[in-house]
Amino acid sequence: MTPPLRKALLRGILASAPFVIVVGPFALLFGVVATEAGLDVAKVMLFSISVFAGASQFAALQLMQENAPVLVILATSLAVNLRMVMYSVAMAPHLGAASPGWRLLMAYFLVDQSFAASSVEFEKRPDQSLGEKIAFFFGTVLPIAPLWFAASLAGALLGQKIPEAYALDFAVPITFLAICAPMLRSLPHILAAAVSILATLLLTGLPYGTGLLVAACLAMATGAGAEILLERRRSHAGQ
Amino acid sequence: MPVSDALFWAVVPALGLGTFLIRFSFLGLLGARPLPAGLRRALRYTAVAILPGLVAPAVLWPAATEGQTDPARLAAALVTLIAGIVTRSVIGAILAGGVTLYTLLWW
Repeated sequence: MTPPLRKALLRGILASAPFVIVVGPFALLFGVVATEAGLDVAKVMLFSISVFAGASQFAALQLMQENAPVLVILATSLAVNLRMVMYSVAMAPHLGAASPGWRLLMAYFLVDQSFAASSVEFEKRPDQSLGEKIAFFFGTVLPIAPLWFAASLAGALLGQKIPEAYALDFAVPITFLAICAPMLRSLPHILAAAVSILATLLLTGLPYGTGLLVAACLAMATGAGAEILLERRRSHAGQ
Repeated sequence: MPVSDALFWAVVPALGLGTFLIRFSFLGLLGARPLPAGLRRALRYTAVAILPGLVAPAVLWPAATEGQTDPARLAAALVTLIAGIVTRSVIGAILAGGVTLYTLLWW
């Protein structure tokens, strides 16, 4: 590896190193919760390796435990991952010229953390060579991905040994709220979250988690609608 | 309720493939092209539209207490939310919520 590539790789590792604090416990928790849901170690690992997206894994697991229909489970969990379309769009101008094999591999590793670190880097240093950008991207993956798999495994092995007094049932709600809360930085985001909560609670009567899907659609429309209204008001005020 | 074998195999491979295709979409196939503004706008809200609704019933009616609202869990959820908004830190919010939950449950 040439020195500039090695430097880019190292920058990537350093940029995503802080995420370790979140990724490790989150994967550990998934392993534990999935084991308590009746999955054996092999299934937990297959889950974490094939999906490799924490929030949607927890969402799918919860709906599977409620025995929701397959289509509802898939629609809801995939919707959780739809934000990654934006990641893919954002990475395409920088990494899209790589060979198909590299793009396949990078798509698999395109997670919240590698996206966050890479988009900051590529905005700061847009003129790097393609090789440096790829090296940086894989640098951001190195602290995260092996840890995700290892901590999932540790959680699965630990599994049911954790006593009930630790109220692990509530670790997932706390983690999700903690992920969401920092996103509530604009009025449309707050409104979308509020509609999501109210509509889900009002629609709990609907069968098999379909209430959540309807609520999510309403919430997304609320967020987007509020954003349009705010923009309009701002452009009027500016004239 | 434990997850059955059949359900696991019906969901997980499809979820894995679907998630990969979402990630691969523009980077792998469609290349560098702008998204329509409306779609872009809607996508910004996917996480806040789903995750709060997903946890709301578990916060108000936890399965662990057979659906009875539990002050400790409710308080922990509120503290997590507030700490996350104030500190803008995921870890900070988790710690605040966890400390609240265990303080109220164990004391």
